[in-house]
Amino acid sequence: MPTGYTWGVGMLEALGYPFFQRALCAGLLVSLLSGFLSPFVVQRRLSFLGDGLAHAAFAGVALGLFLRGEPLWFALPFTFLVAMAITLVKEKTELSEDTAIGVFFALSVALGAVFLSKAKGYVGDAMGYLFGSLLAVGAADLWAMALLLLLALLLLPLWGPLAYATFDRELALSDRVPVVLHDYLLSGFLAVSLVLAVKVVGIILVAAFLVIPGAVARLLSPTFAGLTLLSLALSVLSTVLGLFLSFLLDWPSGASIVLLQAALFGLAFVKTVFSGGK
Amino acid sequence: MLALEVHHLSVRFGEFQALEGVSLDVPQGAFVAIVGPNGAGKSTLLKAILGLVPFRGEVRVLGRPLAETDPLWFGYVPQIKTFDRTFPALALELVATGLRRRWPFRLSPREREEALSALRRVGAEELAFRSLGRLSGGQLQRVYLARALIRRPKILLLDEPATGVDRVGEVDLYRYLEAYQEESGATVLMITHDWEAAHHASHVLVMNRRVVGFGPPERALTEGCLRQAFGHLGHAHGLYLGGGHA
Repeated sequence: MPTGYTWGVGMLEALGYPFFQRALCAGLLVSLLSGFLSPFVVQRRLSFLGDGLAHAAFAGVALGLFLRGEPLWFALPFTFLVAMAITLVKEKTELSEDTAIGVFFALSVALGAVFLSKAKGYVGDAMGYLFGSLLAVGAADLWAMALLLLLALLLLPLWGPLAYATFDRELALSDRVPVVLHDYLLSGFLAVSLVLAVKVVGIILVAAFLVIPGAVARLLSPTFAGLTLLSLALSVLSTVLGLFLSFLLDWPSGASIVLLQAALFGLAFVKTVFSGGK
Repeated sequence: MLALEVHHLSVRFGEFQALEGVSLDVPQGAFVAIVGPNGAGKSTLLKAILGLVPFRGEVRVLGRPLAETDPLWFGYVPQIKTFDRTFPALALELVATGLRRRWPFRLSPREREEALSALRRVGAEELAFRSLGRLSGGQLQRVYLARALIRRPKILLLDEPATGVDRVGEVDLYRYLEAYQEESGATVLMITHDWEAAHHASHVLVMNRRVVGFGPPERALTEGCLRQAFGHLGHAHGLYLGGGHA
């Protein structure tokens, strides 16, 4: 069992590797975006949307592997289109959002299975995408993430209107907040955030990455502003510590991060229960 | 000038005709009680005036087409069931949305003082730092009213504001509304099932998808109008046709 000293040395050693530096930078970037979006996912009950989009990302990655291109460049537009389609079905029909997600979830898995079966010989690559890998982040990925995160800065002024509509959609509409446009933007940014996080966290766990920081923060904060700040902090902290854990224990990076987040959720839950519950 | 001109307003949800050919002119400073059976389109009428539902016809507010109006002219108190009770928020923050038209990340000292003052006005200052999810129906109604009043609206639209409020709270609510109307000259449209409140309004709109009667209570709350709107008179017959009290 490693001691505190050997862990400290190991963490310093990790920082010396370019692949780890890239993974750490990527982790920081995606955790900022996910931490910002997570409160909306939790309060708008969009956890299932995260799952649906993760499976859309799976189909996109499988298509990339099949066509022998960079999987994320296929996953990004595919997942974005699925996010728009889900929102469109919700807005234009009387079907509930979870039904729309269920349809596209199944479609994505079916397409992913077909693409993957045709991508024989490349299936080994899929493991990195399924569970996340420290080795997966290249320099080009990092630039792409930084660029998309810059774009995501557009979301900052939308925090107030998005939170308003999250609280009471009708009240926000009565104040002429463009709620429907914001729904599409939120879905679009969720899709982008999810695909960016795939290399670090993996497809299977990426939805949790969008849910758990907001859920922990919700248990600890009485205001939505506090919830957002706490979610950001927890997302960054768990990602950085999770990546070190992944290096030191040779665990998949996504599993390390999500296990840490789950531990934080457990602590917050215990605190909530012992301080009087709901 | 008229506060509100509604001409041939019709609203349809799929096959369901919620409002048909509603026309009315509301003078500035009027207190209009809107009464009618469940499903009569009362809430839909308020939503159409706010631009929340698509409609055919014309709505003009203070002489301007609806599209040219400022949302800050309207103070809206919806039915409280519309909001998410699990949303982590303090009463003070909700009141501040009346100023900002977005959720506040942080309140400036001025906004905080204005929000406290609006809560004080409706006798709810002690609720300022309480979680919205833990407030009772009556307390929430006061907070929503403070939110509507903080922007000093020209038109107040209230959708059953006395629901879940005890009798004392209900009397207080009408007192706050009257005080605000007296000082600001605002126009009030209030959906109510309270016949006594309707009887004290300056105007009553009796409706059932169409306008059945509109005018001062003694002209609108007639046996003919009520029978036409409700299909029968029910308990209203004994209570208010003679202008008596419950």
